[in-house]
Amino acid sequence: MNGIELRGVSVALDGRPVLRDLTLHIPRGARLGLIGPNGSGKTTLLRAIAGLVPHTGELRVGDAAGGALSRRELARRIALVPQHPAVPAGIAVTDYVLLGRTPHIPYFGAESRRDLDIVASVLDHLDLGAFADRRLDSLSGGERQRAVLARALAQQAPVLLLDEPTTGLDVGHQQQVLELVDRLRDDLDLTVVGAMHDLTVAGQFADHLVLLDGGRVAAAGPAGTVLTEEVIARHYHASVRVLEDPAGGIVVVPVRTSQEKVAG
Amino acid sequence: MTVTERRPGHDIPVAPGPRPARLRAGPLLAACAVLAGAALLAVLVGPVRLDPWAVLVELAGRLPGVDTSSGLSDQEAAILWQLRLPRVVLGGLVGAMLALAGAAYQGVFRNPLADPYLLGAAAGAGLGATLAIAYGPGTSGWPVDLLPLAAFAGAVAGVAAAYALGRSGPARTTTSLILSGVAVAAFLTAIQTYVQQRESETLREVYGWILGRLTTAGWREVVLIVPYALVSTAAILLHGRLIDVLAVGDDEASSLGVRAARVRLVVVAAATLATAAAVAVSGLIGFVGIIVPHTIRLLAGSSHRLLAPLSLVAGAAFLILADLAARTVIAPAELPIGVVTAIVGAPFFALVLRGARRVP
Repeated sequence: MNGIELRGVSVALDGRPVLRDLTLHIPRGARLGLIGPNGSGKTTLLRAIAGLVPHTGELRVGDAAGGALSRRELARRIALVPQHPAVPAGIAVTDYVLLGRTPHIPYFGAESRRDLDIVASVLDHLDLGAFADRRLDSLSGGERQRAVLARALAQQAPVLLLDEPTTGLDVGHQQQVLELVDRLRDDLDLTVVGAMHDLTVAGQFADHLVLLDGGRVAAAGPAGTVLTEEVIARHYHASVRVLEDPAGGIVVVPVRTSQEKVAG
Repeated sequence: MTVTERRPGHDIPVAPGPRPARLRAGPLLAACAVLAGAALLAVLVGPVRLDPWAVLVELAGRLPGVDTSSGLSDQEAAILWQLRLPRVVLGGLVGAMLALAGAAYQGVFRNPLADPYLLGAAAGAGLGATLAIAYGPGTSGWPVDLLPLAAFAGAVAGVAAAYALGRSGPARTTTSLILSGVAVAAFLTAIQTYVQQRESETLREVYGWILGRLTTAGWREVVLIVPYALVSTAAILLHGRLIDVLAVGDDEASSLGVRAARVRLVVVAAATLATAAAVAVSGLIGFVGIIVPHTIRLLAGSSHRLLAPLSLVAGAAFLILADLAARTVIAPAELPIGVVTAIVGAPFFALVLRGARRVP
């Protein structure tokens, strides 16, 4: 497994280009943050890597071309946590996490003892053991997000794609989920690609940021080089101040340009 | 550390792990016991009462290697074997098919209101039956009736047309499929009504067929639908786990390695075959495909690995009892069975819903 390689990848949805000629190398074990304004193609890029939208150009997952892999093989290599996961009515947490074993269970087969053991250990790992028999729709937002993460981990795929994994969570639960992802990446030697909404958080949790704008890579590199006031102003059309956190890291703070007018 | 290291080796006994929703013996045995009771009751009750013990002995006598004398008279034996039993078996088969098809449709369309007639099966069957009644040649000399064949062909053609229409546009969603089913059904019903009004002497017969009936002539209808019932039952039961995967939506199912559209096509084809077979011999019996799966869902959970087999058995029991009511309530006349399934089914369903709200 040698990471993910995109060369000249383009995606059009309903005839409208969403990703244009994208070239990107995501090395194995990377912790990549995808940032960019709404509609810049973050979600589509994740979906293209996961093989959920057709693309042109070359997309390699490990040693195989993405298009050459069957759906099942792809699902064993790449797990995707969608931004708004569906919550089937009445499903128990165990059954939900067990869905992650789908690519490993034969077409007409049933889950094996090993599949159940993996589900049990994933539940343990994410402190969800006590919730195993609870209904997924009865969990709180943070607990549910952990269950979705557990399903993705049960896939045992070396690549984990996260589409804005902290949507709808308060600041505490945001941190918990991201710390958890961080710990899992180290424990399980995962390659993590996350589309991130919050720039400060993106800078904290990713080694490397890729800024998309209009379906193209607008900037890429360590947080310090991508998160500058000038770059953010140009691509987000936002006024921000980028501050150095004395404890390390970068803080992106939105500022109002017309404060006098509002005050008056 | 890897995810699997916490529980090494599956040969080492571990603490009881998670229990997934799987079919267990208890609920299935309970459902089968209800079915057996319903079937026995339906066989015994009628204008001529049969002795329960004698019937059981007579039935056991047909098993290979068992030779008993039941004490039933020839006439009673004929009532049992040529009238009651074929009708009970047919009712069971039709109920099983409708309930199973309902559970399957609700699963693959993620729509609790989906019923076996969702995609134009009923309208297609109605048109086929009306055409056969209005214009069909007399088939008294034929080995099989034209009516069930026409209804069967109409149901399959209706669903095939809806599927073709729903898959042709740019947006291949389940919603577009359901909407094209609505369009196909409206179109076919319009033609059916036109034919029915033009050939008004057929009105009564068509109307009777639409309300559903389980009149049999020996075992002919049973033999007619058994092959379809077996094939579609096997196909749907085998797809139970995959229907559960579709519950997270086509997109997520895809990212879990399942080709959602293909699974849906296979399951819809199987459910349509089951519906068409049922409609062919019984007309349009409503409510079974909605009430039975929902009741099971409230009692046993929403996994199709439980839902499909339990709906199959419970649907059979439900329709046998409904038919028993249809032929006894205003005896010697018969109520259309569709009337019974609605009158009995709807309030029962309401009760189950109320009960379920108390125990979430």
